[in-house]
Amino acid sequence: MEITPLTISFAIFAIFALGGGLGVVVSRNLLHAALYLILALFGIAGLFITLEAPFLAVVQILVYVGAISILITITIMVTRRVMGVTESVNRQWPIAALGALLLFGILGFTIVSLFGGQTVAQDVPPDMIERLGQAFASPYGYLLPFEVASILLLAAMIGAIVVARE
Amino acid sequence: MIPLEWYLIIAALLFCMGMYGILARRNAVAILMSIELVLNAVNINLVAFWRYGTTELVNGQMFAIIVFAVAAAEAAVGLGLIISIYRNRQTVIAEDINLLKW
Amino acid sequence: MADIFTTIGEWTRRLLENLGASDLVIDLVFGVLGSLTIIFFLLTLALFIIWIERKLVGRIQNRIGPNRVGPWGLFQNVADVVKLLTKEIIIPTGADLIPFMLAPVISVASVFLIWGAIPFARSAVGTTVAIGALYIIAVSSLGILAVLMAGWSSNNKYALLGAFRAVAMLVSYEVPIILTLLVPVMLSGTLNVNAIVEQQSVWYFFMAPLAGIIFYIGSHAEAARAPFDMLEAESEIVAGYQTEYGGMAFAMFYLAEFLHAFTISALAAIFFFGGWRGPFALQVPTLGIVYFFIKTFAIYLFNVWVRGTLPRLRIDQVMSFCWKFLVPLTLVLLVGMILVDKIAQTFIPGYAVAGGFVDLLLRTAALLIVNVVVGLLALGMVVRQGRRERERLAAAEVAPIERPAASVAK
Repeated sequence: MEITPLTISFAIFAIFALGGGLGVVVSRNLLHAALYLILALFGIAGLFITLEAPFLAVVQILVYVGAISILITITIMVTRRVMGVTESVNRQWPIAALGALLLFGILGFTIVSLFGGQTVAQDVPPDMIERLGQAFASPYGYLLPFEVASILLLAAMIGAIVVARE
Repeated sequence: MIPLEWYLIIAALLFCMGMYGILARRNAVAILMSIELVLNAVNINLVAFWRYGTTELVNGQMFAIIVFAVAAAEAAVGLGLIISIYRNRQTVIAEDINLLKW
Repeated sequence: MADIFTTIGEWTRRLLENLGASDLVIDLVFGVLGSLTIIFFLLTLALFIIWIERKLVGRIQNRIGPNRVGPWGLFQNVADVVKLLTKEIIIPTGADLIPFMLAPVISVASVFLIWGAIPFARSAVGTTVAIGALYIIAVSSLGILAVLMAGWSSNNKYALLGAFRAVAMLVSYEVPIILTLLVPVMLSGTLNVNAIVEQQSVWYFFMAPLAGIIFYIGSHAEAARAPFDMLEAESEIVAGYQTEYGGMAFAMFYLAEFLHAFTISALAAIFFFGGWRGPFALQVPTLGIVYFFIKTFAIYLFNVWVRGTLPRLRIDQVMSFCWKFLVPLTLVLLVGMILVDKIAQTFIPGYAVAGGFVDLLLRTAALLIVNVVVGLLALGMVVRQGRRERERLAAAEVAPIERPAASVAK
C-alpha cells in the first residue's frame, strides 16, 4: 500500500465519514449529532471524489449538506424540549448494538471473501457528465426514472407543505 | 490504487451504524439522521461498484442520483411529519408516540 | 510577456525541478502557492473594495464617507482591522463553543472556495474541474450552514430568529440562481467554467438578458445585499445572526459579506459578460485578467449603486418575490429558450450553436427575441396586477372617507 495523495485523502475522508457516523448515533446532544452528520456527509462527498465521480460529490454537497442538513437542523431547533436532558437511547440498545455488530460481521466476512484483493480499476471515460446527461434524456436510457423522480419530488413537496401547515 | 473492499467495508460500517441508530435512538429526528446515514452507505456501495467494474456504463452513478432524489423527498416529508407530531403531542420521542399501540 | 501566467508557471516548475523535487512535491507546491496567491490577493482587494463602497454609498447619501485616516480615507480599513483585531471575542454563556467559533470560518471559507474555480485569464484558473458551475453553487451553499450555526450557537433567541429568516431567504433564492445558471451551461454545452468563458464570442448577456438580470437579482439575495439585507438591518433584529459576535469573529463575517458582494460581480462577469474575453484576449492571455477585472469592477460599482439607492424589502415581500415571481418566470424563460433553440436548430439552415462572433448572430437574435417576449409578458402581468391592486385599494378607501369629506366639502 503505497502512500500517494489518493491514499492520504481517502484516509482523511474515511475518518470524517466514519467519525461523523459514530457521532450521529452516539452523541447525546441532538445539535451535535446534526453537526456530526454534516461531517459524515462531507466525508462521503470526499469519498465520491476519490472514486472519480465529481458530479456526485458536488450534488451530495448541494443536496445533502446544503439542503437536507439545514432542514434537519431547523427541525431540531423547532422541536426542542425546554425541560431537562433525557436519555438518548431507549431500553433495547444492547440488543440493537448486538444486532448491528452481527450484521457488520456477516457483511464484512462476505465482502472480504468475495471481493478481496480487487485493486485494478478501469479508466473513467472523460465525457462522463455528457453521458449522464444523455442518459437522463434518452427514452432508452433513464428518462422514465427521471420523470418519476420529478413527480415523486412534487408529491413530497405538496405532502410536506400540507402535513406541516398550521 | 485503493482496494475495492475498503470502500465496501466503510459502506458496511456506515450501514450498521445507521441501523443501530434507527433501532436504539429515542428522538425521531435522530432516527431520521440515521436513515440518511444508511442511504449514504448504499450510495457509496453503488459508486464503488461502478468504479471498479463498469465505468463504461452510467448505471452506477444514475442509481446513486435517483437515490439522492428519493432521500431528499423522504427527508422533507419525514421532517414535516415530525413537526406536525410535535405540534399535536408536544413530543418527538418515538416511544411516546404510541396512540395506535394496543 | 504575452502569456505571463504560463511563463511564471514554467519558470517555477523548472526551478523546483532543478532543486530536485519529485512531481508530487511540485504539484503540492503549486497548489499551495496558487491558493496563497489568490487568498492574499483577495484580502488586499477587500480593503480597497470596502473603501470604494463606503465612499460611494456616502456620496449617494449626500455625505463624504471616511476622509480622516489617510488621503481620502484610504487607510480607514486598516484602522478598522486593527480595532477589530484588538477587541475581545466575547463568548456568551451557554454558547456552544465549536459551532460558535467555526461559523465565521466556514462563512469566509465558502467565499474563498468560489475563487478557486473562477478563471482570471485563459491560462490562469485555480482548477478546471469538469463540473465548475455546479461546484460554485455547492460551495456557496456552505455559507448558509455558517449562518445557521452562528444563529443557534449564540444562545440568543434574537440571533436564532434572525438566522431562521436568513436561511429561509438564502435557501429560497438558490432556486432562481441555479435555474438561471442553467442558461450559460445550456448555451455552451458544458459545466466547465473556463470553457463557458471561451465559448462566449457573443456575450451571454446579449443572448439571454432576462436570465442575466434574474441571476443578478438572485445573487444579490444570496449575498444578503440591499435590497435584501434585512438580515442585519440594525433597526430590525439587532444584528441578526451576528449579534453575539465581536472582534475578529465579527471581522470575518464582515469580510465574508463584502467579498461575497465582489464575488457575485465576478460570477456575473464570467457567466454573462464574457469573463476574460475582449479584444486580443485570445492571443495575448495577459490582457484577459485586465478585462476580467474591468468587468468585475464595473458590475461591482453597479452593485454599490443598487445598494445605496434601493430601500429594504420585508421578509415576506422577499419570499413572495422569489417563489411567486422569479421561479415561475425563470422556468418559463428556460423552457421557452430551449424550445426555440432546438426548433431553430432543426429547421433553420445556418443556425450555429458554436463558433465565432458572426456565426452566433442568428442564435443571438432568436434567443434575444424569446427573452424580450417573456420579459415584456412578465412586466405586463406585473403592471396589470399593480393597477388592479391600486383600483381595489382606491375602491376600498372611498367608502369610509366619504362621510367626513362630504360634511367638510359642504
